[in-house]
Amino acid sequence: MTERTGALARDAVTEAAASPPTGDALEDGAVTARLEEAARPGVMAMPSRPTGQGLLAWLRWAWRTLTSMRTAVLLLLALALAAVPGSLLPQRGVAFDPGAVTRFLADNPVLGPWLDRLGFFEVYSSSWFAAIYMLLMVSMTGCVLPRAARLWQSARAEPPRAPTNLARLDEHRRGNVTAEPAQVLEVAASHLRARRFRVVVDETSVRAEKGYLREVGNLVFHLSLLVLLFGVAIGSLFGFEGRVIVVEGASFTNTRLQYDEFTPGPLTDAESLTPFSFTLEDFTAEFEMSGPQRGSARDFQAEVTVLRTPGGVAEEDTIAVNHPLQVDGTKVFLTGHGYAPVVSVRDGRGQTVFTGPVVFVPFDGNLSSEGVIKVPDAQPTQLGFEGFFLPTASVDPAAGPRSLYPDLVDPQLLLTAYTGDLGLADGAPQSVFRLDKTDLTQVTSGDQPFARALVPGESMTLPDGQGTLTFESVSRFANFQIAHDPGKEIALAAAVALLLGLTVSLAVRRRRIWIRVTAAREGGASTIEAATYALTRRGPVPDELSSVLAAVPGAEPAATDASPHDRED
Amino acid sequence: MPTPTFLAELSDRLIYSAIAVYALAMLTYACQAARRSPAVAHDVRQMEHVAAGAHTGRNASSPPRTVVDRATTEGAATQRLERIAAALTMLAFVLHLAGVLTRGLAAGRAPWGNMYEFTAAATLAATAAYLAFLRRQPVRDLGVWILALVTLCLGLAVTVLYTPAGDLVPALNSYWLVIHVAAAIIAGGVFTVGAAATGLYLLRRRADARDTSGQATRGYAGRLPAGATLERVAHTAHLFAFPVWTFAVLAGAIWAEDSWGRYWGWDPKETWAFITWVLYAAYLHAQSTAGWRGRKAAWLALAGYAAFLFNFVGVNLFITGLHSYAGV
Repeated sequence: MTERTGALARDAVTEAAASPPTGDALEDGAVTARLEEAARPGVMAMPSRPTGQGLLAWLRWAWRTLTSMRTAVLLLLALALAAVPGSLLPQRGVAFDPGAVTRFLADNPVLGPWLDRLGFFEVYSSSWFAAIYMLLMVSMTGCVLPRAARLWQSARAEPPRAPTNLARLDEHRRGNVTAEPAQVLEVAASHLRARRFRVVVDETSVRAEKGYLREVGNLVFHLSLLVLLFGVAIGSLFGFEGRVIVVEGASFTNTRLQYDEFTPGPLTDAESLTPFSFTLEDFTAEFEMSGPQRGSARDFQAEVTVLRTPGGVAEEDTIAVNHPLQVDGTKVFLTGHGYAPVVSVRDGRGQTVFTGPVVFVPFDGNLSSEGVIKVPDAQPTQLGFEGFFLPTASVDPAAGPRSLYPDLVDPQLLLTAYTGDLGLADGAPQSVFRLDKTDLTQVTSGDQPFARALVPGESMTLPDGQGTLTFESVSRFANFQIAHDPGKEIALAAAVALLLGLTVSLAVRRRRIWIRVTAAREGGASTIEAATYALTRRGPVPDELSSVLAAVPGAEPAATDASPHDRED
Repeated sequence: MPTPTFLAELSDRLIYSAIAVYALAMLTYACQAARRSPAVAHDVRQMEHVAAGAHTGRNASSPPRTVVDRATTEGAATQRLERIAAALTMLAFVLHLAGVLTRGLAAGRAPWGNMYEFTAAATLAATAAYLAFLRRQPVRDLGVWILALVTLCLGLAVTVLYTPAGDLVPALNSYWLVIHVAAAIIAGGVFTVGAAATGLYLLRRRADARDTSGQATRGYAGRLPAGATLERVAHTAHLFAFPVWTFAVLAGAIWAEDSWGRYWGWDPKETWAFITWVLYAAYLHAQSTAGWRGRKAAWLALAGYAAFLFNFVGVNLFITGLHSYAGV
């Protein structure tokens, strides 16, 4: 059949022929046609300024500019750049460290407020970030929908007529055939049909096209981005996210008031949350015992008893990292843990005025924790305690009290005491993790602040009989994140469609093949010409043309013409 | 059954051996690039131009078959060096692969649970992508650059990032670790080939633009494959890697939903994955936009690769976020 030059030589041809790279290639008809095909309507003809007068002309120009590929590229670039500051600056409601923005503002009193005004601490919900992606979505829709219309038309239309000069196309073969032209065409057509080409046979030629799926994939990909955005919007409008700390033995009921932190969407019905509740029965944590990663967490588990409906049957369940509890559409995730020393406090009168676990917040990997104990019922004066809980205690002369290991090896509670007014009476909300020291006096012994380190079972008595605190035992607490996102199924479906569409649109090559037979003059052999033309930037499918020609009866080997745009793949 | 300690030590030795062989392969590629003398390259290109001229001429009925066999012109010595370099790369790849596998066996899990392991696996993917391309595409000129990067990264991995084999923090204890990170590693490997081809494309293109005399371009850039060839290699690589990267990001989102209760939270790692994705998307669009094709599109692809690298190095080392447990 037709001969193929050696791969090495072809390589040389390709390289040389295509050099210089784009300069003359752009002027060439075939490539320009491909660009037109790949680009959207209006790109090539896009006027650089409005044509004609009046608002309508201006609007038409604006729409064309917005939906042009060039604008899409610029918007994508802008989107990438706009996303950068959010990863470098602390973000409200994003960072896992909620105090980061406040600290940054305190550290940068000049720059901070300006950045805040411009939305740099809420980049991903800022108006300028939204403006970029909304414009991008509009641009994309304005481009993709007309393209879909053209796909619909071209899928119903026949493959176009063969160009006069087939040699200009991506791959071109010419040879002689002895068989009847009509028979040759019919064989070629059925060969192409078997390969699922759309085929039309006319008097002298076969025209075929394949790879419409590429356009479908492209369309699905772009439209599923819109659906994805819709799913995200549903989630952030109707969903919520909340955090709660639960100590061993305590319960949580899914109502807004029980959350330590609750972030609803603008349209969330916060009064009718899924009515479930659970009790944290036991929390276990395992840590690496030895080696360089000593102290690294290895396993966390929260054993819970769940009531999926009020008054329902209690079920035992385990919540672990990567293993959330799911009740209807609400998921409960285990995100952290720590220690809650159980203390009891007797006041100056000798009455027990407080008993129970107090959450101490961990601040390093070995669970060194800090916290406060507030005893508003103490008489004659209210009592407050502040200090550290260390699961494996040590006091570093430089760094102060630090835990050496996250598990309970040598638990100690280090406290100082305050007397006076805790400031709870005026009704102003205050943190349970901090003492408001405006009306408090630190208890002293001699001229030093009164401070004690307690092991479980130990007590400390304040000077002058102001009260006694007993460190009874240690409980653990777990941090739970509870989330409900009604848009996530939509988002997931969109993501699957997006991936499928993208893969199809990048993998499938849309291409056309033309076979033309010129009837013999006065008894000689007929001439057969075959050419393929890729409508995508990747070249034609290798050997596809050869296989058509190999199927044609009575063909003789003849010249191969690798055209300048031959790209092997 | 060998003990985990033995396997971990074996893995370390295999990785060290791989580094040595990679370095040799890189030097061999460098010698090969240097040995192709400018004069020879000049001749080749002139003859290619002759051949190409015959083809671009529309008189296609009798195209002269005088295409130069580059190999004979370039000399047997250069060709031998090239074969040695490829063989050394293969050898280093096998050692590297064995090192990664034994590491996984030693730890009893997917061998990409910390930054050291991720670096070892990602560089393995880069070499694999290079070798896969070498079979079908004219990418041997990329070899010296890709191997330089692989050698450098592996060197940093064993010196700076090294972590002994061990268990994972609970958050990583999920089959999504295998899926999500493997996809990111594969995409990263192929993006590396794409970035190397793009970089050389820009070099070659600049050299072509300077050379207005019509003479063959001299120097290193002049001996590279033609701009269009490099661009095509880069395009093929990006076309493959982009959907894989998309999958990695989506799988990460699904895992995040299961682990942290939200599928997207603008954690720094997520943000930079998004930036990488958007930049490569911009590249793919630019490739079919008049005025952006070629140079500008190439810069977008390089920006995408820079974002990918930053996501791995910068975000792990300089920014705290939920992914920090994957750190050193």
